[in-house]
Amino acid sequence: MSRTGSPAPQGGQGECWSAASTVPGEFAVADKRITEDEAISQLSSGMTIGIGGWGSRRKPMSLVRAILRSDLDDLTVVSYGGPDVGLLCAAGKVKRVVFGFVSLDSIPLDPFFRAARQEGRVEATELDEGMLQWGLYAAALRLPFLPTRAGLGSGVMDVNPWLRTVTSPYADGEELVAMPAITLDAALVHVNCADVRGNGQILGIDPYFDNLYLMAAERRFMSATRLVGTDDFSRYGPPQTLVVNRMMVDGVIEAPLGAHFTSCEPDYGRDEAFQSMYAGTARDPDEWEKFRTTYLEVDSEHQYRQAVEATAAEVAAGAIR
Amino acid sequence: MSDMAPTLADVCVVACAEAFRGDGEIMVSPFGTVPMVGARLARATFEPDLLLSDGEACFVAGLLPIATPGAARPVVEGWIPYRTVFDMLWWGRRHVMMGATQVDKYGNQNISCLGDWSQPKVQLVGVRGAPGNTVNHPTSYWIPNHSPRTFVERVDMVSGVGYDRAAAAGEAATRYHQIRVVISDKGVFDFATEDRSMRLRSIHPGVSVDDVVSATGFSLTIPSDVPTSRLPTPEELVFINESIDPTGARFAEIPSRQSVG
Repeated sequence: MSRTGSPAPQGGQGECWSAASTVPGEFAVADKRITEDEAISQLSSGMTIGIGGWGSRRKPMSLVRAILRSDLDDLTVVSYGGPDVGLLCAAGKVKRVVFGFVSLDSIPLDPFFRAARQEGRVEATELDEGMLQWGLYAAALRLPFLPTRAGLGSGVMDVNPWLRTVTSPYADGEELVAMPAITLDAALVHVNCADVRGNGQILGIDPYFDNLYLMAAERRFMSATRLVGTDDFSRYGPPQTLVVNRMMVDGVIEAPLGAHFTSCEPDYGRDEAFQSMYAGTARDPDEWEKFRTTYLEVDSEHQYRQAVEATAAEVAAGAIR
Repeated sequence: MSDMAPTLADVCVVACAEAFRGDGEIMVSPFGTVPMVGARLARATFEPDLLLSDGEACFVAGLLPIATPGAARPVVEGWIPYRTVFDMLWWGRRHVMMGATQVDKYGNQNISCLGDWSQPKVQLVGVRGAPGNTVNHPTSYWIPNHSPRTFVERVDMVSGVGYDRAAAAGEAATRYHQIRVVISDKGVFDFATEDRSMRLRSIHPGVSVDDVVSATGFSLTIPSDVPTSRLPTPEELVFINESIDPTGARFAEIPSRQSVG
């Protein structure tokens, strides 16, 4: 694994950086490296933000943590929801959640999302999972809507009275849901490997809908467990694992624990102990406060990693369990 | 095998397996342990062509044990990431057996929330794929805790679409709509009635019709002659106990270990 190019630019916004190419015969290429905080500083309150991954799997958590550190609020979050949604709700960052489900997988429900809904602190746009895919796909393809059966007859049509149906112009005359495009101001995804130009490699078994989120968005940020040279992708996996291409990405973030505590196979599995601790803090405000100050009220993702490592070391030493 | 007397859990497993009879070469998606054992039993016996996923993103072949540490890695026969799941289900080549926090007289199902949707008393997981599933391919439900709180007159939020709501939504909703069966710890239910309301198809051994009626929050159609749900065959019991669920994971859903045979 060769890491290439100049050091990551600091605070570079809208400036043109370049790096030496690792590909023979190529000159300098765009260097899209930035930090989590630099990426999030390009967003503003009130935006609609799509978050890739699925449930508690391959979520761009280091970017979510950067939102938690920022002064952004009033966000509309579009997600196949997991702890990304829960944490953002817990921190009061969310105005509206657009979702088909919110689950931690090994723990069926996220307690912070539940509390936010039950206490009326977030608005909801609840959709069938396939409708959510269709909305992102329509946005990606620059179509106003895509037709589908999904939603017909269900409560989704009642609680989203703005949804319309469309009648087929052909002989069948079927009346279908016209799922509108879900256009995103920004998309955040996490992958296993990326190069500085913004090509992304997904080595896990399921790419989920990450490429649709990126294509549906105005500003596109991708974190990766590791940065590799373009010529190194083939050492990690075949070309069909290169699900994200650089046309889809504005900023690349190196994030070794970028999906923690969700899973990022094959780099690491879900940190079940950490997830249980997270979910458990919902029962006790003091515990939540402790979690927040230890893991979230940190200056950088680097400090988060140190806090996680310190906890792991304590657990290994038998100091806490 | 004298210790292999059938339990209520085994009867429920067989009822789930029977729900998949005749499905042929389609994908089945069983949610819950008893449906999972049932689907694997069906494939091991009378529906060998069913496709089953590993719960992640692969179709897996062979006789699959559940919850068995150290079991051999299953043989992968296909790739089924979520984007492809949606393709398969809109294509119609799927039968899903979902859970339900509530189900009503016409087979509407709720897994979204309890109380008023705008600020629910209890937020549940969300509608998930239930709206799309129900209008695209056969759907069944497994409800291990049959009570007036789960079998309700009207569900609080229609996630899976029942017969009345599908009919009201028009032909595009009814075209591929089918609620095959609802299976509970008390019996098997279908919608073979004139108005497509729920009917008691069979009661599990040891359960009375009165038990079913008093545990149901709406009026069921009760045929004059209600059959008893069938017991597993000796061959099926061997598959269940020795090959598919040797650790007894199914008893977490239906705890009784008493013989019903």
